[in-house]
Amino acid sequence: MKDKATSLFEDFAAGRLCRRDLIRGAAKLGIGSAAASIMLNSVQTQAMAANWDWMKFKGKSIKLLLNKHPYTDAMLANLDHFKKMTGMNVTYDVFPEDVYFDKVTTALSSKSTAYDVFMSGAYQTWQYGPAGWLVDLNEFIHDPAANSPDFNVKDFLPNLLASDSWSGVPGEPLGGKGAKQWAMPWGFELNSISYNKKMFAEAKLEPPMNLPDLIVKAEKLQKDIKGIYGIGVRGSRSWATIHPGYLSGLVSYGGSDFDVVNGKLKAAMNSPQAKKFTKLWIEMIQKAGPRNWTNYTWYEVGNDLGAGASAMIFDADILGFFQQAGSKQSGNIGFHAFAANPEKKAPTPNVWIWSLAMSAFSANKPASWMFLQWAAGAEQCLYGATKASQVDPVRQSIWNDKDFQSRLNAKYPGYLEQYQASAPGSKIYFTPQPLFFNLTTDWAAALQEMYAKQVPVDEGLDKLAERVQSQLRDAGIAD
Amino acid sequence: MPNPAAATMAVSHAKRRSGARMARILPYLLSLPALLTCIGILVPFFSAVYYALQRYNLAFPAGRKFIWLDNFVQLFLSGEFWHTITISLLYTALTVGLEMLLGLAIALLLWRRSFVTNLLSVALILPLMVAPEIASLMWKLMTNANFGILSYFVSVIGIHDFRWASAPQSALFTVVLVDMWVYTPFISILLLAGLRGLPRQPFEAAELDGVPTSFVFFRIMLPMLLPYMLTAGLFRMLDSIQQFDIIYAMTQGGPGNTLMVFQIQAYLQAFTFTNIGRASAILVVLWAITFALSKVFMKNWLRLRERAHGLA
Repeated sequence: MKDKATSLFEDFAAGRLCRRDLIRGAAKLGIGSAAASIMLNSVQTQAMAANWDWMKFKGKSIKLLLNKHPYTDAMLANLDHFKKMTGMNVTYDVFPEDVYFDKVTTALSSKSTAYDVFMSGAYQTWQYGPAGWLVDLNEFIHDPAANSPDFNVKDFLPNLLASDSWSGVPGEPLGGKGAKQWAMPWGFELNSISYNKKMFAEAKLEPPMNLPDLIVKAEKLQKDIKGIYGIGVRGSRSWATIHPGYLSGLVSYGGSDFDVVNGKLKAAMNSPQAKKFTKLWIEMIQKAGPRNWTNYTWYEVGNDLGAGASAMIFDADILGFFQQAGSKQSGNIGFHAFAANPEKKAPTPNVWIWSLAMSAFSANKPASWMFLQWAAGAEQCLYGATKASQVDPVRQSIWNDKDFQSRLNAKYPGYLEQYQASAPGSKIYFTPQPLFFNLTTDWAAALQEMYAKQVPVDEGLDKLAERVQSQLRDAGIAD
Repeated sequence: MPNPAAATMAVSHAKRRSGARMARILPYLLSLPALLTCIGILVPFFSAVYYALQRYNLAFPAGRKFIWLDNFVQLFLSGEFWHTITISLLYTALTVGLEMLLGLAIALLLWRRSFVTNLLSVALILPLMVAPEIASLMWKLMTNANFGILSYFVSVIGIHDFRWASAPQSALFTVVLVDMWVYTPFISILLLAGLRGLPRQPFEAAELDGVPTSFVFFRIMLPMLLPYMLTAGLFRMLDSIQQFDIIYAMTQGGPGNTLMVFQIQAYLQAFTFTNIGRASAILVVLWAITFALSKVFMKNWLRLRERAHGLA
């Protein structure tokens, strides 16, 4: 019986058996799902190790610096699999997001050799890369001897792979000529509407079609349903306020952060399109946003949706995904692709990509790459997407996977459709430049002043653009 | 045959020599901890001054160079920095002043020993055992406009839609309130210790002479308590002007730039914008202000102490 079971799983790992036949075969042998998962994992470990020398760095140690996140949980849950397969020793530190990037900045700027691989956002690499703190991963990606046959770089969603690569020249496009691959995409989120289906049904409303429609519907929901507010978006004095809904909407209205004129940056956050959109954005929050909006981070936005305190959010799709399971409103969350501009049909969501980067000060770079290609590899990404919450996956093969699709359709109805409608227009819409955090933090502070009516929108954006231009000039990246 | 007297003398000489050597080294050994502490304090301080004179952004390693006072000039030319100075001083004045008043009132209430006051004195320490960041998160929940209990209480008394730390008009009030909750017990405890340590004779004499309570308070108790108040005030002043955790946890320096105090400004420059030069310049200005204020406090404290000892 044991032999039969082992051979069944070995056939699957070798590709001689499809997933459906494996499940059928396992059921016939009376193997439960938990046991099947363990056996499959074990056989895959052996199969992967057999195809390529995963033991090349046996005995080596690497250390990871990680942010507390469902993606991290998914990876750590399967880390023993990697350790067993490679014989490597992997240790890690996990920090909450509030202090995570401080820790990364401190470790890298002090040229610490303590960490080999760490989690990063794509935006952060614009600061860390030009400073010389990151390894250009192209040297590993394009070295066939360094890659397992399983690591198919073409499987990464092209926009995401390009978003993690940049030449370091302010204003040059991501993934353009001479771009260095500062990190590997690991999991990502695009911005759309997640809404409470029960509340929308109660108010007899359909999900909003565009921003003016959203304002009307959010107000109506707030009026019709006692004790809730209409729309949740981030508002804290942080760069993180700008990148989700705000930038996605701004792009839909034809706005942008900068214009690139003769290779130099020119602040464009006060363009007529930006002013038109920002007025609507501020109006939306004033009329139907949370009352203490200026304190709202992703945490409050997500929790309010899950707790039934808000009717909808315009934020990361995965924020709605996480609330669909394990919150008070579990099962009530709907997902909806969203184009803010009534004249545009296709959504243009900005994306946030959690990525894995390698420290330039790592003493174990080849071993670190071994880990990196496993963590961002198809097997681990599939494990994360189907057994944990490593969603949205960064590989096309995972989106095509039937198990993953079935999981989404069964527990997260509408999520896949939302993704399919949003994905084609999704990418990083910020102009890459190393002052990203200064300028977006200032942008968030300006929005708070407009919201509090300390300054009119037009004047607030003009002053912001002036300050931004002056900072760029000081840094030598604008005229 | 060895001469026992000579041997004894030699031992005695050796002991004396080693004693003399020890006596020479001892002062240096005794001052070594102080010297090490000084180095530990001065190295980071002079590093900050050194960085403050440079254009030093970690994201632009090639652009690092000496710009001498340019960081300071840029700061003082910026309206935002003057706002930072104003709001930091205002926050300090409000927290120290209000905490001193409330702390004194609480200390007076707990002055006379009884079972209840002893119990309350212990309970008073509780807020001090909560990390300010945790206290701020607790207050953030209590002041949440949608479900916070304090928002509910103010709505009961007719103040609807009070936005606490998320509105520029009430943000300073809110963070001062949290600071008071956390730190007033510290002042109360210090002043209570001072009150209980005061000599009883002047009060007994005043009671026998039928001196009015207000006279006793303003002319006897307060002057004797003043050194304690200055000590408590100095500690709180140093802490308040460098306030970070409460304000950052509740507002991140916002809304807008409303609560952009020194430490938050420096923190953002250093950790978020990687501009070490600018962050160091901000901290050097903060040090200068703190140093000046401390000098004033110390001068007054020494004067009062001398007066208390009958030297002035």
